[in-house]
Amino acid sequence: MAYPTQYRYTKEHEWVDVHEDVATIGITDYAQHELGDVVFAELPKVGAAVTAGKSFGTVESVKAVSEIFAPAGGEVLEANPDLQATPEKINTDPHGAAWLIKIKLNNPAELAGLMDAAGYEAYIAEKNKEASA
Amino acid sequence: MRYLPKSPAEREEMLAAIGVKSAEELFSSIPERYRLKKPLKLPGPMSEAEVIGYFKERAAENSLGYTNFLGAGVYNHWRSVVTDVVIQRGEFLTSYTPYQAEITQGTLQAIFEFQTLMCQLTGQEVANASMYDGSTATTEAVLMAERLTNRQRVLVARSLHPEYRHVLQTYARNCGLQLEEMPYGADGTIDREALRGALRSDVAAVVVQSPNFFGVIESTPELAEAVHGSGAMLVIAIAEGVSLGLLNPPAEADIVAMEGQSFGLSPSYGGPFVGVIASREKYVRQLPGRLAGETTDTEGRRGFVLTLATREQHIRREKATSNICTNQALCALAATVHLTLLGKEGLREMAHQNLSKAAFALAELEKIPGVRRAFSAPFFNEFTVELTRSVKLVNAQLLKEKIIGPFVLGTAYPELTKHALICVTETTTRAQIEHLAAALRRVLEQPL
Amino acid sequence: MMNGKIKKAGRHTSQDEGLIFDKSSAGKRAFELPPLDVPAVDTAKSLGAHYRRGGVEHFPEVSEIEVLRHFTRLSTWNYAIDLGMYPLGSCTMKYNPRVNEFVARLDGLATEHPYQPQELSQGCLKILRLLEECLLEITGMDSLTLQPAAGAQGELTGLLLIRAYLEKQGNARKKVLIPDSAHGTNPATAVIAGYQVENIKSESHGQIDVEKLREQVTEDVAALMITNPSTLGIFEQRISEIADILHGKGALLYMDGANMNALTGITRPGDFGVDVMHLNLHKTFATPHGGGGPGTGPVAMKKMLEPFRPVPVLVEKDGGRLALDSNRPNSIGRVKAFVGNFGLLIRALAYILAYGPGVREATEDAVINANYIRKHLDGVFDLPYSLPSMHEVVFSDAIQKKTGVNTMDIAKRLIDYGFHPYTTAFPLIVPGALMIEPTESESKQECDLFIDAMRSIAQEAAENPTLVKTAPHTTRVRRLDEVGAARKPILRWKPSDQPQGALHHASKVPHPEPTPTV
Repeated sequence: MAYPTQYRYTKEHEWVDVHEDVATIGITDYAQHELGDVVFAELPKVGAAVTAGKSFGTVESVKAVSEIFAPAGGEVLEANPDLQATPEKINTDPHGAAWLIKIKLNNPAELAGLMDAAGYEAYIAEKNKEASA
Repeated sequence: MRYLPKSPAEREEMLAAIGVKSAEELFSSIPERYRLKKPLKLPGPMSEAEVIGYFKERAAENSLGYTNFLGAGVYNHWRSVVTDVVIQRGEFLTSYTPYQAEITQGTLQAIFEFQTLMCQLTGQEVANASMYDGSTATTEAVLMAERLTNRQRVLVARSLHPEYRHVLQTYARNCGLQLEEMPYGADGTIDREALRGALRSDVAAVVVQSPNFFGVIESTPELAEAVHGSGAMLVIAIAEGVSLGLLNPPAEADIVAMEGQSFGLSPSYGGPFVGVIASREKYVRQLPGRLAGETTDTEGRRGFVLTLATREQHIRREKATSNICTNQALCALAATVHLTLLGKEGLREMAHQNLSKAAFALAELEKIPGVRRAFSAPFFNEFTVELTRSVKLVNAQLLKEKIIGPFVLGTAYPELTKHALICVTETTTRAQIEHLAAALRRVLEQPL
Repeated sequence: MMNGKIKKAGRHTSQDEGLIFDKSSAGKRAFELPPLDVPAVDTAKSLGAHYRRGGVEHFPEVSEIEVLRHFTRLSTWNYAIDLGMYPLGSCTMKYNPRVNEFVARLDGLATEHPYQPQELSQGCLKILRLLEECLLEITGMDSLTLQPAAGAQGELTGLLLIRAYLEKQGNARKKVLIPDSAHGTNPATAVIAGYQVENIKSESHGQIDVEKLREQVTEDVAALMITNPSTLGIFEQRISEIADILHGKGALLYMDGANMNALTGITRPGDFGVDVMHLNLHKTFATPHGGGGPGTGPVAMKKMLEPFRPVPVLVEKDGGRLALDSNRPNSIGRVKAFVGNFGLLIRALAYILAYGPGVREATEDAVINANYIRKHLDGVFDLPYSLPSMHEVVFSDAIQKKTGVNTMDIAKRLIDYGFHPYTTAFPLIVPGALMIEPTESESKQECDLFIDAMRSIAQEAAENPTLVKTAPHTTRVRRLDEVGAARKPILRWKPSDQPQGALHHASKVPHPEPTPTV
């Protein structure tokens, strides 16, 4: 699956799509592949605060739980309502329909250090090399 | 030794195949100074007959031949021999936890049926595959309410079983929970005014037992209304599950924690028993312990698996909802068999016999001067009376007539100095009740 | 395809038995009570608003024979120790002696009420006393509690004892160190006991990294929780250094006793520096697993922790009379109601009495079996750690991974050969782990059958990986959809007129007849 060039990416395999001071956050195709079939996503409530670098929720498969880390701080504007009934969307469309939350950024500058699509692809290529070594 | 299936020759053969001369060599990784030079000082070895002989001698040193009127969290009920026939089958008795679902469908389906029966009994939507016992189920219910509400204060009825309260205190100390005791009123039920006064927006849960430790039935719908008004959760604890044959289930409670010993498990000096935790579907991901769920296989057949395991310790580790690894599977199976044997009518009839016999017993005892009913609220199969003298001394006299008398409430409730908790079940005969009444009358008639 | 030389008993795969609720119809009874010998109470009058009219809704109504057949049929779908080996690592699935079941059910033992007078409970108390003495002799410790209902509860009790002891000294401390090879109950328990978990890595041989430990043990550390032998089945050779490092900083050494089956009669944890430990009576001491419980997890401790034991405590009074004492001001409280899982304590004592001092032989046989299997499978499967194994051996699926076959697949294929799988994917420090513990209850023949099966599967993995990846083929149900079960949980039966999740439907696909050969 291609990594959208307009997104930015974290080392913990989240993607961020920024428009002015609103950021949409999800997990990457690499992350969903590592997890396996997703059964549940635990997301924060609207109005909750998220902090850069801290966990704001989890995505679960049958045998594993993965924490999701906020790439930047802000206030939750929306949590994806579809994921309750159809968590499998995270496997089939992780970059699109399965966005997790939308936040109002406190400080967009916090996103400065994130990787672009090419950088992220190189990063996971390294990870795959390490795994099969 | 009869449990070891190796002949001396085979042992030699295997040692040779491994490449060592003796079993001793296989322990060379243990530092020499820690290896025992002599056999352990243990009794035995005993043949099967000697093992049986030892335990028969111990059995003869207990209470055989006495009738007892004790309840207080452990109840004597009829249990069918069919229950043991089932749970003694090796395929159930000696089977492992059903992590490999394809070869443990028997256990898994039985758990699914257990979960269903517990929902039906308690009026809740989902129940787990069992907890250790009623005391730990109650504690886990409180911890669950804490996680769901994010609040720290817990109001606990004083009429909750003293040992359940003690277990809750032991756990609460390390979880930052603040426990506050709610008194009981003159009629034996929880003091509603005190409760209303204490219900603020920092309360996670209110814990009430029904029938409570004094035998008195609490009103769940009323309590739920008061508790929910402040955003707290109502936890109802049940120690005598047979009461649910005739009493309205605590459907308005948010979480029910029940002891299932009454469903086909012998008293066995305190264990093993089986705890039950039941709640609403929307809280299922905060439910501790194991859960069996229905599913299909790759060819569309129905089957069962342990599910929602991500709540549990082996995956979440530090973030688990609880550290519980085991459930009381065989005890839960015994309860399932017992309840399906009793069935709807049998459970109702058993409950009715309990209610009738306890009412009869109270009526007989109230005829005795020096005996007073302590609490006016309705009861099921246990009730509290106040005597004119120390219950301990009265019990000492009753023992001479081979009667194990009632639970001395003063040991757990210093304010109830002369109060006794009497339990009567369907196993108590009319003659035994009349004997108790006659003996008690004689004791109370004696000069002090 | 299959190795025709492998002959293992199979199970009934057919008999499509529904739920007990499917057999229910109004008016059927399976149990009758003796008639009521007192006046019948008018329930409605007596209970008023509490009265549950109509009884328990949808509660089953079936006859005695239907109940017995139902559960008998269900039982035939289970694997069990009574049928064959369970090579499950760290579970110690040994034979459950039947005399233990018999004595636990004796009138005068099964019938006793925990609140009956102590002078009428001397038989029960003597059993507790003798079991305590035996377990102290086996562990080399000073004091014991029999109250915890399971290993995990025993762990919690142990940590609460540590906390209480350190608190009394003035500082409960903040952290508990746990090896990355530990069982999941260890970190979960530490958190419930109010401690932060700090992981300690294993070194290249799978042992605790003692140099790292030296750095990590500060005065903020309350304890190290170890399993010995480790979950790799290997004895911690530097255990006395480990104990010294901890004691030097005032911290304590907790041992998870899950692997006692490698040590009983050979060595004693109390002798090699352990301060407090729990035992799993349902593992080492043969109380039955029962499909997932009940278990029991007594905690043994050194003298300094004794005052903090949960109540009640067994004491001896004048004249040798035994009593339960709850007047213990320093006690941590109670972890469970009543004295413990007494029915299981009887069974554990019966097991010990049968062996006596000869219990060492059981340990030797357990270690022989594990090493015999290791010797014959080393090279067939990858052995990541070369130090000597004790009662269990851990392989990895590294060789089989080359054709896309992993430990889970191998485990499922083992079912077709008539065995329960070994422990997969644990410990976490071995990717693709195969953890094998045969126990002393397996004969040479059973071990040989197991070795042959594993060799055959390794061959299949190389030559016909799909066969292994789609296993099991001979079971009553094929691989079950765990994902669906977690996405849309169906956790109870509901009458047909009530909505159930999307997954629910009565079984329309027939179950396979028993196949003639494995």
